[in-house]
Amino acid sequence: MTALTPAGPARRTGLYQRHLELGAKMTAFHGWEMPLYYTSIIEEHRAVREVFGIFDVSHMGQVLVTGPEALPTLNRLVVSDLGHLGEGRACYTLLLNEHGGILDDVIVFRLGPEDFLVIVNCATHEADVAWLQAHQQGRVTMTDISEGRAILAVQGPKACRTLEQLLDTRVTTLGRFGVAPIRTMGPDACLARTGYTGGDGFELFLPNTHAVRVWNLVVNAGQGLGGLPVGLGARDTLRVEAGLRLYGADMDAQTTPWEAGLGWTVAMQKGEFIGREALVRQREVGIPRVFIGIQLASGPVPRQGMELRLGDRRVGTVTSGTYSPLLQQPIGMGYVEPTAAKLGTRLTVTVRSQRYEATIVKLPFWTPRMTPAARLTAGASPLESRT
Amino acid sequence: MEIPDGLFYTKTHEWARREAQETVVGITAHAQDELRDIVFIELPKVGRTVSRGQPAAVIESVKAAFDIYAPVSGTITRVNDAVVQSPQAVNQDCYGQGWLFAVAPSTPAEFATLLSSADYASVLKAASH
Repeated sequence: MTALTPAGPARRTGLYQRHLELGAKMTAFHGWEMPLYYTSIIEEHRAVREVFGIFDVSHMGQVLVTGPEALPTLNRLVVSDLGHLGEGRACYTLLLNEHGGILDDVIVFRLGPEDFLVIVNCATHEADVAWLQAHQQGRVTMTDISEGRAILAVQGPKACRTLEQLLDTRVTTLGRFGVAPIRTMGPDACLARTGYTGGDGFELFLPNTHAVRVWNLVVNAGQGLGGLPVGLGARDTLRVEAGLRLYGADMDAQTTPWEAGLGWTVAMQKGEFIGREALVRQREVGIPRVFIGIQLASGPVPRQGMELRLGDRRVGTVTSGTYSPLLQQPIGMGYVEPTAAKLGTRLTVTVRSQRYEATIVKLPFWTPRMTPAARLTAGASPLESRT
Repeated sequence: MEIPDGLFYTKTHEWARREAQETVVGITAHAQDELRDIVFIELPKVGRTVSRGQPAAVIESVKAAFDIYAPVSGTITRVNDAVVQSPQAVNQDCYGQGWLFAVAPSTPAEFATLLSSADYASVLKAASH
């Protein structure tokens, strides 16, 4: 996780007081003061995998795009074909620059025929809004509605049942990547079956007043079940375990979707969009690097910037790494030259001038379908269980 | 936070227990609480010489790696292999089972520069304000 020292006073979410009351260890994160953990990153991680966890991710940006030309405008700005996105559906997609470089990864929610909600990363929030508004033409309005609003993520196998009991809205029937308004919680309040943990879960987009109430309900419900409030520390370990990229670490404006292994988001056949020509060109010449996952049998944690070698030759760099609480092993992600990217390749990662063996494994490291037994096998021998 | 009497302390949150032949070193309750989820420990080799205030070991938590400094100069006589196998022992018992290494001090005068438990308590108190 890249923690930047804020230039001005840190911004606080509508749940800041709650975090202090719950004893959170706070951290500076891209200008915000956010919970890093409440009790322990590993405990919170396990709660999300086994029960549920609730996260305050109100630092992320919420942008409404509305109007008769909302669809064509957004479709020129993202790589996916939003024409295929039905009302009440969401998709993970990318904003590119003209060179095919990734400006941000976003979730686009289609709330109505002409109404879209775009969730952008905190570090890129202002730049994204400026980029979107610079490409605003015709009958479309782009409004940053983040102020005074919150995003709560409730993630884990028992998130669905818990929310179903607490909210007077339909939860169970909402499909993966579905989104529905919560009419009792004000304009643009909605519930979506999305998240950043790799497992089942929900995100709520709410005005702060409702968010505090829902937060308290969910935290209280967790006390009997083992559900916990979860900070950014476990948010990072969970997303690495699920093989999910972090913008700013695993990709930036110098990374194309092909390189980042995100080609599945790109709809080349949909027609013109920003960055398309560059993607066509790179597909012809080939990519200079491949995004991979690595697993260490034991040893230190691979971290951002550490070098990856094949024999004595440097072939790449780690972009994210952590200790996987479920596999109980160090895991990481990064880029290597295409010739060194084959699954099962034994690389080394250099930690404090010492080299440790790291095997290239398939992403994600963890999926909800992985049984406890498979998890142990994966932990013992990454090669056998992945091929 | 527990700060046992009879140990020496550093401002960088190591403790040192002076015995006849060697001095046993670990990290304080405050340090383990700050690090929280300890997942990897790298200890010096027996026979290596370490210098006061210089890195002698590394502790990694989930979120970052931290240097552990030698409280006194000398030669490493023993290391705690148990914490290499089970790093969480440092979280559970930092003054006992979670000790890190022992050093034969080369410069006994250095002990005079270390903090008493009362001094260390004041350091923590000052830092929390």
